[in-house]
Amino acid sequence: MTILEIQDFIKSNASVKVRGGGTKPALSSVANLEMHELSGMLEYDPSEYTFTALAGTRVSEIAQILAEHGQHLPFDPPFLMAGATLGGTVAAGLSGSGRQRFGGVRDFVLAVQFIDGLGGIVRGGGKVVKNAAGFDLPKMHCGALGTFGVITELTFKVFPAPKAWATLQLECDTPKTALETMQKLAGSSFDLECLDVFGSRVMIRIGGVINALETRLENLQKFVGIEGQVTRDDTEIWREAREFLWVVPNAALVKIPLTASKIPTLEAKILEHGRTRYISSGNLAWLEWTDSLENLDLILLELQLSGLVLRGNTPRVLLGKQVGGVLLERVLNTFDLERKFNAT
Amino acid sequence: MTEPATILTDLRRVLGEARVMVKAAQLAAYESDALTSFKARALAVVMPETELEVIEVVKICHKHRVPFVARGSGTSLSGGSLPVADGVVIALNKLNKILKLDPLERVAVVQPGVTNLAVSTAAAPFGLYYAPDPSSQQICTIGGNVAFNSGGAHCLKYGMTSNHVLGLKVLLPDGEVLTLGGSSLESVGADLHGLFVGSEGLFGIALEVTLRLLPKPQRYRTVLAAYHSLEAAGEAVASVVSSGLLPGAMEIMDALAIQAAEAAVHAGYPKDAAALLIVELEGEDRAIEAEFLELERVIRASGAYEVRIAQSELERLTIWKGRKSAFSAVGRLSPDYIVQDGVVPRGKLGLALKEIERLSGVAGLRVANVFHAGDGNLHPLILFDGREPGALEKAEHLAGEILGLCVKLGGSITGEHGVGVEKREHMPIMFSSSDLDAMKRLRLSIDPLELSNPGKMFPSGEAPALVSHAPHPLERAGVITRE
Repeated sequence: MTILEIQDFIKSNASVKVRGGGTKPALSSVANLEMHELSGMLEYDPSEYTFTALAGTRVSEIAQILAEHGQHLPFDPPFLMAGATLGGTVAAGLSGSGRQRFGGVRDFVLAVQFIDGLGGIVRGGGKVVKNAAGFDLPKMHCGALGTFGVITELTFKVFPAPKAWATLQLECDTPKTALETMQKLAGSSFDLECLDVFGSRVMIRIGGVINALETRLENLQKFVGIEGQVTRDDTEIWREAREFLWVVPNAALVKIPLTASKIPTLEAKILEHGRTRYISSGNLAWLEWTDSLENLDLILLELQLSGLVLRGNTPRVLLGKQVGGVLLERVLNTFDLERKFNAT
Repeated sequence: MTEPATILTDLRRVLGEARVMVKAAQLAAYESDALTSFKARALAVVMPETELEVIEVVKICHKHRVPFVARGSGTSLSGGSLPVADGVVIALNKLNKILKLDPLERVAVVQPGVTNLAVSTAAAPFGLYYAPDPSSQQICTIGGNVAFNSGGAHCLKYGMTSNHVLGLKVLLPDGEVLTLGGSSLESVGADLHGLFVGSEGLFGIALEVTLRLLPKPQRYRTVLAAYHSLEAAGEAVASVVSSGLLPGAMEIMDALAIQAAEAAVHAGYPKDAAALLIVELEGEDRAIEAEFLELERVIRASGAYEVRIAQSELERLTIWKGRKSAFSAVGRLSPDYIVQDGVVPRGKLGLALKEIERLSGVAGLRVANVFHAGDGNLHPLILFDGREPGALEKAEHLAGEILGLCVKLGGSITGEHGVGVEKREHMPIMFSSSDLDAMKRLRLSIDPLELSNPGKMFPSGEAPALVSHAPHPLERAGVITRE
């Protein structure tokens, strides 16, 4: 579909539901607008650390081009191999374990072009790594689930990729010890690319100049005081995380932002129905959930947490504490008065 | 709009007599911010001390349809906190409490009047700091940083203010209060705290700001390189970038800026250099040691005629002292100056500087250049003498030409100072009329009466008075700088 066709489609339809790669089925199972044809890199100059691509472009395609120039998207977009698109990643507001060091998708999106509820094209942001002109419309779209319009084009900041990686896995006695170790590392001045906790295992990824890795790993082990397992060719470990291969097929998958101090109360509530993987120093829980999502909604509400369902059967994908309030209403009124895009 | 007397009575009922300032001498101190070429006199300057008082003041303004401007220390370089004539200035300096500092979660919750540096100072005992470092960080406030998405020298690697604000309690222009974001680095739903940051006060006032704190880097390595031409320094930046290194800061100064800085603070810079490049790596000890070897190799191969490596923290600070004083130092060369902060793609830096030099020649005005080379953020300082008739207009014209150049080269009219009053007429060179219309609709949907900081960001009919003015007193004293 061309941009002109998308404009016409929006003008002539009362409800517009977009699908990119379809990797987050809870968000796109009832789509009537497929974005995969709106695909391709438009501008990429490695020396500028930026690229611009159409929103339906697969992240994997972008990652491959960037890798040819020794660069990457440091926020580690999830569902990369599964076929996630740039637009879907921004709309769902998803970042992976690699967000630990330099930030998430919101921190790397620089410019956006989208089509609003009236079918008008709107651009916001700038195509350079630093820009303070105009409202930050690119950030507004992060996590908005396409409710402000159909994202058609995106510009991102990229970084040089570490020349080499290594992963240190620590098996702790209990999940509690694992969380304490995570906290200790999070407050330290080690430069960590990933810092995950999965059960009683702490997973640490570092990257950089190859001949410094050995000493850095030794220093890390000394700091935590736990003997760990080092993997130098660690691609598979992080692919499993990025693609959610650890989640059983029939379970729901839910994103829950939180802080480390809330982890024990969340764990106490979910018990046998859920399994969590904490990423980015405990700032985000990926929850594999086998009970009803209505029950999870109540649990999150009680804990004053919010959740986003990525997989699972639910009429409402945003669970728990609702966010945005009157400001969200006013922004929606601006770009989609008729609520054509209202995904939930 | 209601009779001024009625408005003042209402304001005094909430704040008392003394904190509603209406005397000419009191108002005069707030007529300008750091962009002194614009001035406007408010009806009153009010000094709330609590969040509740701010809310009450805004409700009064809303009831009487009086425009208001929230203000911190007034260090805006784009006229962002310029008062609205006969409106109310809400000075937030007394809301200066750090409400919470959690070293374990590495967040601070602060009131808008807290200064940028105060956050890092409070975090320092825990080995933490607040990353955005605008040069006015000693006095500029977090509220202002949030409104204008302030930057600093470390944006390429660490991002701007918006990348460090996790949550906000905001007061909308009609008196509604709501919370956006939270304490987590992650969120679900539209990223409205991201939208609020950088909205230049047009969406209301931030009452509480939750900031992310970072552990201090283990180690810094800093190198200073001198070149015979600006182009060579620019090419050195390109080499550093293509080597795959990610420095925390890369700064360039041209000959005029070097001379001025030398005269002011005696940093010991090579005085005959046409350009100086400062590159700093920071991070984990062993990683930085290894990376610095690579950086040194790149710099030595870049045609620098002198390379100095800081061997101690003192030497490092001396290198930075010259750079950080460059603006106030250049100010000594000329009675007046204006500074722009346009951005160009890094690869176009050489071209941009050459063109700025040409435009400067045509205008007959000297331009000194100090810039964040890592992210292409220029800071041309246009020197002029405001006592000469027409000089200010000529300088403004040159400034406009430079901004046009930045956009033509694929960049932006502002990297970190914001649009404010100063660059609002330049917005149409960067955004189409439909883009601007969409932003305007957003503004009107959030603030239909356009009460909160009107006259900023959007191009509009009546321009405020352009007056020539000596530098800000704090700037003369060297406390604040224009970058």
